Amino acid sequence: MLKLHRVTKIFNPGGPDERVALRQVSLEVPQGQVVTIIGSNGAGKSTLLNVIAGVYSIEEGAIFLKGQDISSWPEYRRAAFIGRVFQDPTRGTAASMTVEENLALAMRRGKRRALRWGITPEERRYFKEQLAQLGLGLEDRIRDKVGLLSGGQRQALAVLMATLTKPKLLLLDEHTAALDPRTAKVVMELTQRVISQHQLTALMVTHNMDQALRYGHRTLMMHEGRIILDISDPLRSQLKVSHLLEMFEQASRNSLEDRILLTSPG
Amino acid sequence: MNIWLGALEQGFLFGAMVLGIYLTFRVLNYPDLTIDGSFTLGAAVAAKAILMGYDPWWGLAMAFICGAMAGLVTGLLHTQLKVTPLLSGILTMIGLYSVNLRIMGQANVSLLRRETIFTGIKGFIPDPWGTLLLAVLLFAAVFLAVYLFLCTELGMALRATGDNEQMIRSLGVNTDYTKLVGLALGNGLIAFSGSLVGQYQGFADIGMGIGMIVAGLASIIIGETLVGTQTLIRAMASAIIGSLIYRSIISLVLQLGLSPTDLKLFTSLMVVAALALPLVRNRLGFSPLRGAGDVKVTPRNQNF
Ligand SMILES: Nc1ncnc2c1ncn2[C@@H]1O[C@H](COP(=O)(O)OP(=O)(O)OP(=O)(O)O)[C@@H](O)[C@H]1O
Ligand SMILES: [Mg+2]
Repeated sequence: MLKLHRVTKIFNPGGPDERVALRQVSLEVPQGQVVTIIGSNGAGKSTLLNVIAGVYSIEEGAIFLKGQDISSWPEYRRAAFIGRVFQDPTRGTAASMTVEENLALAMRRGKRRALRWGITPEERRYFKEQLAQLGLGLEDRIRDKVGLLSGGQRQALAVLMATLTKPKLLLLDEHTAALDPRTAKVVMELTQRVISQHQLTALMVTHNMDQALRYGHRTLMMHEGRIILDISDPLRSQLKVSHLLEMFEQASRNSLEDRILLTSPG
Repeated sequence: MNIWLGALEQGFLFGAMVLGIYLTFRVLNYPDLTIDGSFTLGAAVAAKAILMGYDPWWGLAMAFICGAMAGLVTGLLHTQLKVTPLLSGILTMIGLYSVNLRIMGQANVSLLRRETIFTGIKGFIPDPWGTLLLAVLLFAAVFLAVYLFLCTELGMALRATGDNEQMIRSLGVNTDYTKLVGLALGNGLIAFSGSLVGQYQGFADIGMGIGMIVAGLASIIIGETLVGTQTLIRAMASAIIGSLIYRSIISLVLQLGLSPTDLKLFTSLMVVAALALPLVRNRLGFSPLRGAGDVKVTPRNQNF
């Protein structure tokens, strides 16, 4: 389904603030697998998703989707197959447009936008149906501008928009981190529901280790641009958060030692 | 009576220009400064076409196409060569100065005793109403076309590009393309308006586009303050209401004895005042926004 082969991403290569965000990352995700990703700040989790989505070009390696090399595709072209939800609810929706307009935009993912009517009556009915399933009362507000909605409502809408056309791959980057715990739970449940409903392949970045182990089928831990842990069910189900923390500390210590070794003279 | 009629006529004739600016500045959120050049370009092309013996209606169509091409140049500078939006517009505007002189062959071209769309209508409906009627009808057609366009798939993608570029790209839209479409359409309308104004006043002048941006923004700001931007149709209506009021204000101050040469300064000050008003209100503590963090001048982050 998704395959990364020795992908390296360097920001500002050659410059004084050069930063290697991904170091020869290889990864294979089969169809229908849901992968959670954890790691410290600056580990490269967001960069990994951005590189897959085509926001950034890569310096080395290749990315395949369904066997096709998409490494050189621009972001908008990959978006035909990849749905995304961002951490910040304002990034995934257009505030000055109405709820139904946002959904209509999402409905045409990957299609050529022509001089046809932007929303059809059947679509409007379909949107109401889908919105009703969220249980947030949004089906009565389809003509409201999205900017008037709460952060949680916007994020729920963003999840719906990302999955409306059943993309081949779903990328979630800490998409509940900016919400209060109750709303986060609602959005998380919604995410789980649509993923299992459409049997989507998904990568989900989270800062919550408990969440990382509870959701999906497989967990990756990233550190300094590398995948340092890759564990799948059934092994994963025996793992506790405390184990994860331990491994995490171990990894950090190791890389710290590496650095000390590298910089110490002799 | 006469000055109000003139203001009304001009309000509608400049209306297409204000809609063009609305498209680029507001819908696309692109601070496009091509305007001053593309407005004159429209007048120059139409005047030249008329002098060459073409039907004046053809002049309108040619003006629209040439304006759209000017907008494309600005868009290509930005999307292909990564020139910043402001500079891309400035480069095109300055370049157009020479192009416009080339088209006209001199700094001022008179259409005296030539057939224009306005002499045409006066044959059927004599003034005072003929010119106004034509101005209203043309504007209504443009307004409807732009509204319908913004409701299409492409038009909605364009609106989304101005609202949240990252989001619409993640939905599979090539935002370079939507920007090009928006800039072409916007500048097409601006040149169209220029060709109307040139025929209306009976000449094209190399300097007639100077300050059009500010006049257009003044109209938009006035309109938005009075009509609001809650819905698409209201936001678009504020463009024409603003244009009518702006032209009336100009007529009025000229009537009151303001020298025509001071008009541009007056317009600039008007825009400054409109932009400063919310800030001043804030400082003085009249606004409910007070203490709510940063100060917002206009509803959306604007580039002027
Ligand atoms: N656009 C950019 N330009 C330059 N450097 C960047 C850019 N984006 C990310 N980086 C750098 O790349 C590294 C990885 O960043 P990334 O955002 O992927 O981390 P992350 O794992 O998502 O962290 P967090 O948990 O804080 O979101 C960081 O050192 C960051 O400073
Ligand atoms: Mg991140």
